[in-house]
Amino acid sequence: MNPVIQALIIILIGIGGCLGYFYLSSQLLDKVLFPQRGENAGRNINRANMIRPWLFIFPALFVLGVYLFYPVLESLRLSLTDRDAGDAFVGLANYQQLFSDPKFWEAMRNNTLWLIVVPATCTAFGLLFAQLTDLIAWGNIARTIIFMPMAISWVGASVVFMLLYDIRPVTGVLNAVWMQFEGGVGSFLFLRIFPAIILLGFAAVATYVCYLFLRPFFIPEERKGGIISAALRAVAGAAAAYLAVLALLNVIDVFTITLPYGKTQAWKTIPFWNNFFLMAVMIWVQTGLAMVILSAALRGIPQETVESAIIDGAKPFQLFFRIKIPQIFGTIVVVWIILSVGVLRVFDIVYTMTFSNWNTAILANYLYRKLFNDFDWGVGSASVIILVLLVSPIIYWNVNKAR
Amino acid sequence: MDGIVEIKSSLKKWVVHITVALLVAVWLVPTLGLFVSSFRTTDQIKASGWWTALFTTEQKEVLRAADPDDFRVADGDVFTVSGNLFGEGSSKKITLWGPSSLASDAYVPGEVADLGDGESITVQANGDYVWRGNDDQLSGHGQRVFVTVRAPPEFTLENYHWMLFDKQNSQRMTKAFLNTLTVAIPSTIIPIVISAFAAYALAWMNFRGRALLIVAVVAGLAVPYQVSLVPTLKLYVDIGIGKSYPGVWLAHSAFCMAFAIFLFRNYMAGIPREIIENAKLDGANDFQIFIWIVLPLSIPAIASWTVIQFLWTYNDLLTGKVFLIDNTGDNIILTEAIIRMLGPYAGQWAILSAGAFISMVVPLAVFLTMQRYFARGLLAGSIKG
Repeated sequence: MNPVIQALIIILIGIGGCLGYFYLSSQLLDKVLFPQRGENAGRNINRANMIRPWLFIFPALFVLGVYLFYPVLESLRLSLTDRDAGDAFVGLANYQQLFSDPKFWEAMRNNTLWLIVVPATCTAFGLLFAQLTDLIAWGNIARTIIFMPMAISWVGASVVFMLLYDIRPVTGVLNAVWMQFEGGVGSFLFLRIFPAIILLGFAAVATYVCYLFLRPFFIPEERKGGIISAALRAVAGAAAAYLAVLALLNVIDVFTITLPYGKTQAWKTIPFWNNFFLMAVMIWVQTGLAMVILSAALRGIPQETVESAIIDGAKPFQLFFRIKIPQIFGTIVVVWIILSVGVLRVFDIVYTMTFSNWNTAILANYLYRKLFNDFDWGVGSASVIILVLLVSPIIYWNVNKAR
Repeated sequence: MDGIVEIKSSLKKWVVHITVALLVAVWLVPTLGLFVSSFRTTDQIKASGWWTALFTTEQKEVLRAADPDDFRVADGDVFTVSGNLFGEGSSKKITLWGPSSLASDAYVPGEVADLGDGESITVQANGDYVWRGNDDQLSGHGQRVFVTVRAPPEFTLENYHWMLFDKQNSQRMTKAFLNTLTVAIPSTIIPIVISAFAAYALAWMNFRGRALLIVAVVAGLAVPYQVSLVPTLKLYVDIGIGKSYPGVWLAHSAFCMAFAIFLFRNYMAGIPREIIENAKLDGANDFQIFIWIVLPLSIPAIASWTVIQFLWTYNDLLTGKVFLIDNTGDNIILTEAIIRMLGPYAGQWAILSAGAFISMVVPLAVFLTMQRYFARGLLAGSIKG
């Protein structure tokens, strides 16, 4: 049968079936099981009202259970068994194998990089756009253009960037620009000073974050929560300090490294740095999302706080960083979380651009390869469980916030 | 004093304008490159950057006179071959030319180049040439001519035609396009009713366990859908669905369910309580309240969600790959079709860019017409439950 006709029939059956289910089950409840007439009418109405919510919610619950919650358990089971040995229980052998696979650690390293760089850059750019486009008349057009990549598929976006990265300078813009650098003053400015400034800025932000996390240890009044939150703070503070030191060390590298001027570059294959060229795709797409959410938050700031700050003589930068940012801090965290979930899920970019070659795999690609290329369901499911574990702090945070 | 402040503030305005313009340009360049390339021929793409395609450009080309063995005309002792170097009807103009790579810009159009021993060639600006020589000289290959040409912008729809309609192209995208719509439309419509009923129950009905269910939905928001690939596929194979459209529709519906319920519940919870209580006093039951009051009032939220879900399912790769695409190649979807082109057509940007753009037309059209709903939905999804 033609799939289009099949689709139409299924849509009709699907919608009709759903509506029919909801209507008929409601009727059954009211007319047959607990008739709302006769001597027990009052009691019956109460009983029907106790059951009805479950009728409404059952299909959704069923779907969620089968496609989301059951698979978590099933993946857990698969990760503890060996498919080739007739689903025999093998304990943690799959995890052992996973942890001894250098490809897995490569994926973990890349994913960590993605988790640091992509949400940070998207949020920063999104904030910048949200603030700047608010100041100008054609801001709406600018916003539409920044937002547009959100409509394109990851695959399409990857193809767009593959053209940008093409090895021939006559096709690839990046190589065309690269060929302009010859080691003179301009090269020094753009390839040494500019990256150094970005790294120093990142180090500054990381230091500030470190300070925010560690402050309660020095100021007794700000101490909240128990020993667990103190431990989490210490870990997060240490991580931020590590990132700051790392960034500072890289500043030295930026000035000492010899750059291959005048040679066309295959950007996707340069070890380690190719990760950043892949991240650029995601940043290009997701900045629009960050911008839209942050822009709404900026507009939601009470005008009085801004006005009184101006009257008190706040300069634009002070106004932005000391009045506006603290008020939308909650939204920034939300954006960060949404982007992090996106990073952990995204599979298409690496798959399209490098097919996980040249050490670019991230966890989503690693597990796809294990599950569907190597058909190793044990180790694949183990990496799925690792992915779930990575997401679980976010799930916990979401749930806590919803309550 | 006022003047200085004014200059300063107008300067600041210009800084903002220029910064935004630069950033917008950076954001636009990648897409623009693909878009322009999709309207150029392979030769053009190899000859000059797409960023020059919008202007008249100067480029160097190597052309060849017609084969003398077939086309020479006797004229007494000498022979001549004449014609146009570009073939027929080109809008290019030759500015400089020469008969060898060392003297590629030795002559201007109209001059006669002496090739020695009485052999000569002359080339006009429009590409017309006359090549003279004796029997020996005018044999073998046609004379090569090195030219510098001014080429006006030139665009073609050939790539799109080839991608969509050409019979010789086995990777035609028409089928993939239809398949993608067949995946995306039901996957968008089916979950609406299910999630809306559940959202109503969670927003407006009191029952034991409601709080727990809301927690479950919120928890489901962040669970990566990679978790369900193998267990669900196993289930499909066990119950005999295998790789099929219904399988992929249900999978898509399930993966978006938590988000849909979350979005709809938040929206429905904002409906004024009096409306619903009045309806209850008038004797309406929950089914009627939902169908006649809550559902119509929730249309904006449903519209926003529909746009997001359609774009998501249309652009999806992984779900389609796992639950639909089999070895027959009949069930290919657009994203997969593009990935399969990347191998055989690597670096052939005329074809790749047209293919990529064909896959983007529908989402871009949806985006440009429904941008407001799209943004609103994303916004609502980010707000506290």
